[in-house]
Amino acid sequence: MGALGHYIERAGVPSAQISLIREQTAAIAPPRALWVPFMLGRPFGVPNDPEFQTRVLRALLALFEHPSGPVLEDFPDDAPADPGDAAGFACPVSFAPAAAAQEPGAALLAEIEQLAVWHELAKRRRGRTTVGISGLSVVEAARLVGALLRGTPIGSPQADASLGMVLKRCCDDIKAYYFEALAAQPGQLSARAIDAAFWRDTAAGRAFLQLREAGLGHPDESVAGFAERSLVPRAILHREQ
Amino acid sequence: MARLSELPAWEREHHLDKIRDLPDFGPIAWVQGPALAQRRVAIVTTAGLQTRDDAPFRAGSADYRVIPSSTRAADIVMSHVSVNYDRTGFQEDLNVVFPLDRLRELAHHGTIGSVADFHYSFMGAASIRALEPKAKELARLLRKDRVDAVLLSPV
Repeated sequence: MGALGHYIERAGVPSAQISLIREQTAAIAPPRALWVPFMLGRPFGVPNDPEFQTRVLRALLALFEHPSGPVLEDFPDDAPADPGDAAGFACPVSFAPAAAAQEPGAALLAEIEQLAVWHELAKRRRGRTTVGISGLSVVEAARLVGALLRGTPIGSPQADASLGMVLKRCCDDIKAYYFEALAAQPGQLSARAIDAAFWRDTAAGRAFLQLREAGLGHPDESVAGFAERSLVPRAILHREQ
Repeated sequence: MARLSELPAWEREHHLDKIRDLPDFGPIAWVQGPALAQRRVAIVTTAGLQTRDDAPFRAGSADYRVIPSSTRAADIVMSHVSVNYDRTGFQEDLNVVFPLDRLRELAHHGTIGSVADFHYSFMGAASIRALEPKAKELARLLRKDRVDAVLLSPV
């Protein structure tokens, strides 16, 4: 991010950046930066809090008023606490017991069907969904994951993308579908609780962990690369060890 | 949350590794501009955002996607390759990553001059050196849009 600040300013356009990792920004020393103590993925602090987002934005814009640089300032406040964190990490979803006994692909499809009503609710409430990267429906995406887990020989279903890339986008869509559905359920789950529930309590989380194992030994290098780097977060891998 | 001192050692090392092989950026460039109330502002994010009908990012890609200012939140999706940051905030409210509504409000109140017609997204996992030619190309486009304040936003 800081490199872009150097390059764009050098080409004649003033820039100011949000910094999420202060040490990285200090080392790169872009023209103007505002370090914020927020969760990675949330540069403007907190969703659905226009007042707080505007405070961050104003602090960032204020950097343009400095006469010289580089400037690295610290935003003074943490993001407001997520009310869902106080509710703990209990997953409100009670998945059908049969799902656990099914083979992974079937269990994934059964869960997706079970969550459909919640995903529809999420879409209505938010007026949008972030599912839709793969070009496949979530059910089609889950079928592709299931086929790979069963060891069925498959090629990429899309001419312009490797199998690993298609699988990556399918898994992103499945995960977004789950996260949006879980967030719509009663209990105001926090970001941390949704993440914990996905990896601990769902057939999708289990299928992704199995997909990583299957993918690492897959003869298609694009699948092995995806399995190694772009499927299971570092935090989950360290928990599994 | 993103204080390195509060992260586990393995995560801290991952982030510190990224600053062990930085290019030399040379003397700092510094461009002055008009007062904030006269500036035209664009957002350039590295969140891997794209309009729904655009091509998703590929691993290592250093190119960018154009997001017209008129794009509805429902038509913006994220195809970043990393799985190591929160996406629930973005799913709940686009503005936590890409604060276009907040920017429009500030323009309406006269805090900034105007909001650019076009905004841009890279994907942050790209190599720093590979970004330079694309950033130069982008700067030309920003100047054509009369932008004199770029807000850079990571995830």
